[in-house]
Amino acid sequence: MTTTVPVHSTAELVAEVSNLSVVYRSGRSDLPVLRDVSLKIHSGAALAVVGESGCGKSTLAGALVGHLRAGSRVTHGSVHIDGADILTASRPRLLALRRQHVGFVPQNAGHSLTPSMRVGAHVVEVLRTARGMGRAAARAEAVKLFRQVRLPEPEVLVDRYPHQLSGGQQQRVAIAVALAGQPRLLVLDEPTTGLDVVTKAGVLALFDRLRAELGIALVLVSHDLGAVASVCERIAVMYAGRVVESGDTATTFRQPAHPYTRGLLASLPRLRAAGLPVGIAGSVPAEPDIAGCAFAPRCSFAQDSPSDRPATTLDRAEGSCRHGEAPPLVSVPGREGTSACRWIPEVLAAPAWESAVRVRQPRTAQAPLLEVRGLTVDYRRRPDPASGPTVSDVDLVVHRGEVVALVGESGSGKSTIAWTIAGLRRPTSGAVALLDGAEPADLTRVAARRDPSVRRQVQLIFQNAGTALNPRRTAGDAISRPLRLRGLRREAARAARDAALRDVGLETGHADRLPAQLSGGQQQRVGIARAIAAEPTLVLADEVVSALDVSVQASVLGLLDDLRQEHHLGYLFISHDLAVVRGIADRVVVLYLGRVCEEGPVDRVLGPLEATHPYTRLLVASVLATEPGARGPAPAADDEPESAPPAAGCAFQRRCPHRVDPVCDRETPAWQDLGDGHRIRCHVPAAELKADRA
Amino acid sequence: MLVGLVLVAVNAVVALAAPLLAPFPPIQTDALAAIEGPSGTHLLGTDQLGRDVLSRVLYGGRYALLVSLTATVLAVGLGVVLGCLAAYRRGWFDEVLSRVLDAVLSVPAILALLVVVTVLGSGAPVIVVAATVVYAPAVIRVVRAAAFGIVGLDYVTAARARGEGFWPTMVREIWPNILDVVMVEFAMRASWIVLLVSSLSFLGFGADPPTPDWGLMVSENRTMMTVVPSATLGPIVALAALIVGLNLAADGIAKARGIDRIGGGPR
Repeated sequence: MTTTVPVHSTAELVAEVSNLSVVYRSGRSDLPVLRDVSLKIHSGAALAVVGESGCGKSTLAGALVGHLRAGSRVTHGSVHIDGADILTASRPRLLALRRQHVGFVPQNAGHSLTPSMRVGAHVVEVLRTARGMGRAAARAEAVKLFRQVRLPEPEVLVDRYPHQLSGGQQQRVAIAVALAGQPRLLVLDEPTTGLDVVTKAGVLALFDRLRAELGIALVLVSHDLGAVASVCERIAVMYAGRVVESGDTATTFRQPAHPYTRGLLASLPRLRAAGLPVGIAGSVPAEPDIAGCAFAPRCSFAQDSPSDRPATTLDRAEGSCRHGEAPPLVSVPGREGTSACRWIPEVLAAPAWESAVRVRQPRTAQAPLLEVRGLTVDYRRRPDPASGPTVSDVDLVVHRGEVVALVGESGSGKSTIAWTIAGLRRPTSGAVALLDGAEPADLTRVAARRDPSVRRQVQLIFQNAGTALNPRRTAGDAISRPLRLRGLRREAARAARDAALRDVGLETGHADRLPAQLSGGQQQRVGIARAIAAEPTLVLADEVVSALDVSVQASVLGLLDDLRQEHHLGYLFISHDLAVVRGIADRVVVLYLGRVCEEGPVDRVLGPLEATHPYTRLLVASVLATEPGARGPAPAADDEPESAPPAAGCAFQRRCPHRVDPVCDRETPAWQDLGDGHRIRCHVPAAELKADRA
Repeated sequence: MLVGLVLVAVNAVVALAAPLLAPFPPIQTDALAAIEGPSGTHLLGTDQLGRDVLSRVLYGGRYALLVSLTATVLAVGLGVVLGCLAAYRRGWFDEVLSRVLDAVLSVPAILALLVVVTVLGSGAPVIVVAATVVYAPAVIRVVRAAAFGIVGLDYVTAARARGEGFWPTMVREIWPNILDVVMVEFAMRASWIVLLVSSLSFLGFGADPPTPDWGLMVSENRTMMTVVPSATLGPIVALAALIVGLNLAADGIAKARGIDRIGGGPR
């Protein structure tokens, strides 16, 4: 039942969670949130807690700092921080523990900073109360802490307000605040969610260094398996409130001993995989009070009766997976680590996740569907010599049945381009045409001025399914709306609606549900059904899977790919996640600050040895550094995204390691054609870039 | 909420059913029974002209309710449409509208109304229009703020991408999500307008004698407060019950809609 973290023999025990059970009061009944969770964390160690949302990860993180959500209650067990029971500690003792022993960085650091307080003041506040420093000393220490978390120009930055900082910088400030009390344990709740790949790699590298420099223990709670894999040497996988597997991260990822861990790993899109991951069927049970193993309904190893398979090393006479007690955590034979499964040898012997990848089929060229030429969108009200337009001179072609991925960090103008194509804003200049009909339809007009048949053909799918659906309208209502563009009413509309629901793998009964009555994955399916119901030819998918759990993400990606095949759709797939792009896209267009810097077939652009633009290479390196099995975080060069494009020259010049003065800052680079539709926009010759890479 | 709704409902029913409930016609005078305290025949006594106070109280809500309700419906209706339009359009339309509203809001309501009735006369239609103009800006402000947050959400963006115009977008996407705000606004404005209309009558600019009206009755009967207190207190209690009822209902609706918004789905 205990996850020991065997580090150096000198390591002290910093935190110990023993048999912790927490329930959440919902209406008249108690829902178990944590069940019999035990963990040990030693100084200088890093433990990852992973699982889908709803598995109790955040509750566990809260319990480590002695905080429980309103309505929750500890029914059993304890949490000791440096030997003190933090859950029963008196108020003053609790505050002292939080000040000096355990630091917490909440999810979405931007929201945890007070907008009207300078970021330095957040740190100074802690230093003065927790460490009794004077005003001047505290300020000097704050600057030191900011330098420690690698914030640029800490002397200047301490006087800024949170909104003046980027998301990654806010995250670093929150970490500095948590470090100010010199804790021995740092608990981070989803520390990389919502960060760009490059920023993410930078933040993860920071964790690694903080551990080495300060010797503090880390607990990373995350659904991002890749992110935690590169930092934490220990992992605990949670499912439905229980730890179902724990052990050494590298070993666990190489050979998972629990079907759930296997499923999570198989759901993870990877840059080096040849296609889409498969995911896990079903979802986390809302009420985890089912008999037997909570994962059994989603498990391919689960057996209804013990006689289905011959008993091997473990005693399974107790009963089958779906009955009786939940399987206990037992040690995995032949290695250090535990798993709560009755079929450990079978799980260990099962073939690795690679076998389950849904391989991307090469596609034959089709007729062009969308053609964007010289698209420029300028938000500036008056001419500004120090910067350029937000989106400048973008060329783009999407063929029928083809997935073109638009990748780049936040602020690269990806969504602006999609919105312009969807007719939500007018471009400043350039041509956008839909080539499906007899004559091309002009898409530079706003949606309301387009012909209904053109509006029908171009459909959007949004990132956040929660806000993409009207909370007061049923799923069926949402899907029926675009049917009017097809001229369908009443019975015909109902039939089309049901067909769309079935298309996305929902039941017709879901039509009467309100969005709040659907899970995140189901909401996104409804969003997809709404787009598909219009019978489009072009689908603009804006970060459609980035807000979903990995397991759900995999199934939604699979669905999108099925729909593409069935309906012969062209996708403009916007994403910052290169691993996802690699799995689904045919061609990639890399965007930096609204300028295309590279485009080509996915295997060429994201392939390991091709000549690529320095920016693409930075993206790829950042992703590789955070995949399971990576050696460690990439050296963080300059991981802060820029916000404004330069007035002249190459957009990437300020971050580029290959920069050649005085060419790069004066002349816009010309295209270098590398054949097979692969071209890059860089002053450095392709041969040189390729040689440098090898 | 229940108490509030019951109070409002009782008021409405009494106003509608006054002819059935009142023991005497409200304007029937009886010179011999003037200024009498409560008795078996006249439960709340009589006024200077010998009119039955109870009957006048029962009838007295009709004028105030009719005028207030009409004015409230118009003010809230106008406020919802213009508020949503401002949030939807933004840009110059929002700017111009906001400045106009600032100007209207800077004039005290009762003063504006007094000027209007002095110039245009004190007919019910004039008061309705005047109250609408005076109270609509506040409603527009509130609705605009509520709609502003919704217009930026993706489901409204989706409607725009489908090429839908302002009306369908407002009715289908915005309206259901600001309904709670509008309901509360309606109940609040109604109680304010009831007060305003009664104040006008009290000041002699509203209902003309001998129309039974609470504000007017208070003004008529206050001189004999010491003799027949029930003649003044009757309309005051009735008015207070209506206003308290409207406020309680507003509170209750706000809470009920709020809870409805949070619950109903899996965590």
